[in-house]
This record gives sequence, structure tokens and C-alpha cells, in this order.
Amino acid sequence: MSKKSLLARNNDLANTKRQIEVLSNGQFANGELPTFAKKIAATNQFPLRPKKLEILQINMGYMCNQVCAHCHVDAGPDRKEIMTKKTMQECLNVIKKTGAHTLDLTGGAPEMNPNFRWFVEEAAKLGINDFIVRSNLTIIRANKKFHDLPEFFKKHTIHVVSSMPHWTRGKTDKQRGDGVFNASIKALKMLNAVGYGMPESKLKLDLVYNPSGAFLPGNQDALEFDFKKALLSDFNIQFHQLFSITNLPISRFLDYLLASDNYNDYMYSLVEAFNPAAVENVMCTNTLSVSWDGWLYDCDFNQMLELKVNSSVQHISKFNKEALSDRTICVSQHCYGCTAGSGSSCQGTVA
Amino acid sequence: MSKTYYNPADLRKFGNITEWSEELGNKFFEYYGKVFEEGALTAREKSLIALAVAHTEQCPYCIDAYTKDGLQRGITKEEMMEAVHVGAAIKSGATLVHGVQMMNKVNKLEM
Repeated sequence: MSKKSLLARNNDLANTKRQIEVLSNGQFANGELPTFAKKIAATNQFPLRPKKLEILQINMGYMCNQVCAHCHVDAGPDRKEIMTKKTMQECLNVIKKTGAHTLDLTGGAPEMNPNFRWFVEEAAKLGINDFIVRSNLTIIRANKKFHDLPEFFKKHTIHVVSSMPHWTRGKTDKQRGDGVFNASIKALKMLNAVGYGMPESKLKLDLVYNPSGAFLPGNQDALEFDFKKALLSDFNIQFHQLFSITNLPISRFLDYLLASDNYNDYMYSLVEAFNPAAVENVMCTNTLSVSWDGWLYDCDFNQMLELKVNSSVQHISKFNKEALSDRTICVSQHCYGCTAGSGSSCQGTVA
Repeated sequence: MSKTYYNPADLRKFGNITEWSEELGNKFFEYYGKVFEEGALTAREKSLIALAVAHTEQCPYCIDAYTKDGLQRGITKEEMMEAVHVGAAIKSGATLVHGVQMMNKVNKLEM
């Protein structure tokens, strides 16, 4: 498993144009499979348009202490893109006026941004209903200066959402790196100790499950049941919900699919599992994604493909709710990942 | 003409069997779907049974399908291998238990 990002390795796929080329060629160019736009046109769902803005997802930077094999952000310790305080201030100005009920901080490891705590403190004052931080767990154990994060999250009633690909060490470490499982278990225990994830606790702790390979996630409720049973019996760990998220064929996961000769079959599986009911609720219809440098995207995946919102307003500093709600959503074949089976979003299944 | 009898891509065409016999094909797939629903057994348990039977039947399509199905359900490779051993044990047991027939025959024929 590489300890460097695609970018640091000068991998061809670090170029997002190359990724879009791959997604547009092959079985989608020769007509063997319909493009996503054609597929949703057949069910009268094209073009996709936003509904009411409910979730503002802010990417605090691509720096991370982990180099996960499937990462769609291509995050890692070698990534230096970090949101500045100025952009954070612009985000705060927007949070005040959007009416979005959910603020979702992601990365990289958002906690590694030097102004992360300042931003959380300022944003928490704005009375957001659901304030999410996507924490990779190991960051809590990575350095002494992060050990108090559970207390900090608790102080601001942050909703913690953490990745955990499996309840066994082998599968977890294979996807996320050696030692990640043990560190994650320790971090979960620390979160439980301050009240996170306990039954009836208002301190919400949810886990995210990504398949550790070229297959789709199974039934979310069944996986949640198995995760809860195993984590409780093996480690006495509790959490609230499990969000099952499909790996989208971009960035490092796309690199893995191509290198392991799984790409064609994976795309077939996604297209075969296409569910029009999931299209109705895809997250790009109620979410806006903000990059570390303030650009606006329909979702975090479009951000990583550098597909900016199709609007006259493309930057947080120029935010205009009306102009943005009048846009059409940029789609490509990676979108099949959000519409397969029960659908997939940062909040789990959608259908 | 393909060079091998089995082509992995043919698994995707399984549904096409209804084209030449719609009623029977549809009835089969309806039955198949129903069998694998949660019931007295969980869908997870059924997936492992299917994987074991896929091996004893030596059906490459079924092995591909239920290995993937197992991974999707979070079933571990240790669980999968144990299921295959269950199939193998029954297969070998089924062979060996016929040894009794052989013994009976020997005992009858020998003086």
C-alpha cells in the first residue's frame, strides 16, 4: 500500500481531466453501457436540479495523517491544500444566511487544519441544527495535541462521523493502513468514555462503512447490526448509526479499479444496480460542497474531479442562493455510484 | 466461438434465459429472489449456504456471484472458507459413507 498520494507519485490519474476521460471512454463510449446522463434521461430525471439547500459541506483541506487505498480525495500527509482563515470567514458569512440545517466538515483530516478549532467555535455560535465533523478516528491518537478532541467535540455538541470499513483488523488495515484498526478502536473508546455513541446520548457518533474492494455495499441495516454486535462483544464499543457508502470510481479508488482489472466489472455492477428512486434523493440535490480554496461544487466527488457548479456564482465569496438554486447539476459516470441499489450519500443510503 | 465453455461475462446474461421461455424464466427468478429473502434463516446465512453449494456444484458463475455477495455483506474470508469446508466435508462424507456399501458387498461375497 502506497504511503503517498497520487499527486506525489506523479500518477496520471492525479490529473482530473484524465479521470473524466477514463469515465467517458470504454464501455460508455462504445455504447455497451449508457452514460449517466442518458440513463437518467430515460427515467425523465435529466437534468438534475437542486432542491432546498439543507447541507453545507466544507472541505477544510486535503492534508491527512492516513493514506487510505480508496480515498476519493487523494488525501495524505503530503497534501498541502489547507483552508485559510479568510476563506473560513467567508464560509461563516454564508452559513449565517443559507438556512442550511446541517454543517458538515470534512477533509483530509479536518482537525489538521491549524484554524479548525477556531472555525468550529465560531460556527457553533451560529446555532446549526446538526454540526458534523468527519473524523478519521486515528487523528485523535496521532499526537498529544489531538487527545482532547473528544472533549472539544462534546463541548460544541459536534456530531462525529467516522470511517470504519470493517469490524475486523485485517480488512480495516488493508484499506486504511497498518495500525489503523487498533488506533480507531482506542479513539472510539475515548469517544464512548465522554458519552459519544451511548444509547440515548445526544452526543451522536455514527460510523461510515466503505467496501474494502471492488464490490458494492450490502444492506445498511444488516451491516449496522453486524458492526454493533461485533464492536460491542469484542471491544465494548457503542455507536449510533452506520452509514454505508459506495466507493465512487474516482481518484485512488479508480486507480485501484484500473490496476486490479476490476474497472469494467465494477462499472457494470453500478449500472446494473441503477435505482431511479435513489436519483430522487441524491445528495447533490440538497448539498453544496465548498473546497479548501472556496470554490463551490455539487458534491465532494465533483470537487475532487474539479467540476465546479454550473452557475454564474462559483465561489463562496460571491455566494448567492437564488443564482445557485437555478443551476443544473454536473454529472458524469461516477454518479452511478450514488444511485446504485439503495443509493449512497455522505449520510448513507437514500432509497 | 469462445475458447472456453465458461465466460465470466455470461453471468450478466443470466436473466436472458427468460427470452426463450418467458413464463418459466420469470417463475424461476421470482422463486429464486424469494428464497434468498430474510426468513427463518437470515439472508447472510443463506448467502453462506449458497457459497458452499456453489462449490459442491462446482459452478464458476455461482462461486463468483456468492463470493461477491459475501463480501458485500461483510462476511469474512475465514467464514467463507469454513463454509466451503462444510460443503467439502459433505461431499467427502457422501463418498466415504458409500464405503459401507462396499464393505457390505465384500462381506457378502467373501467366504
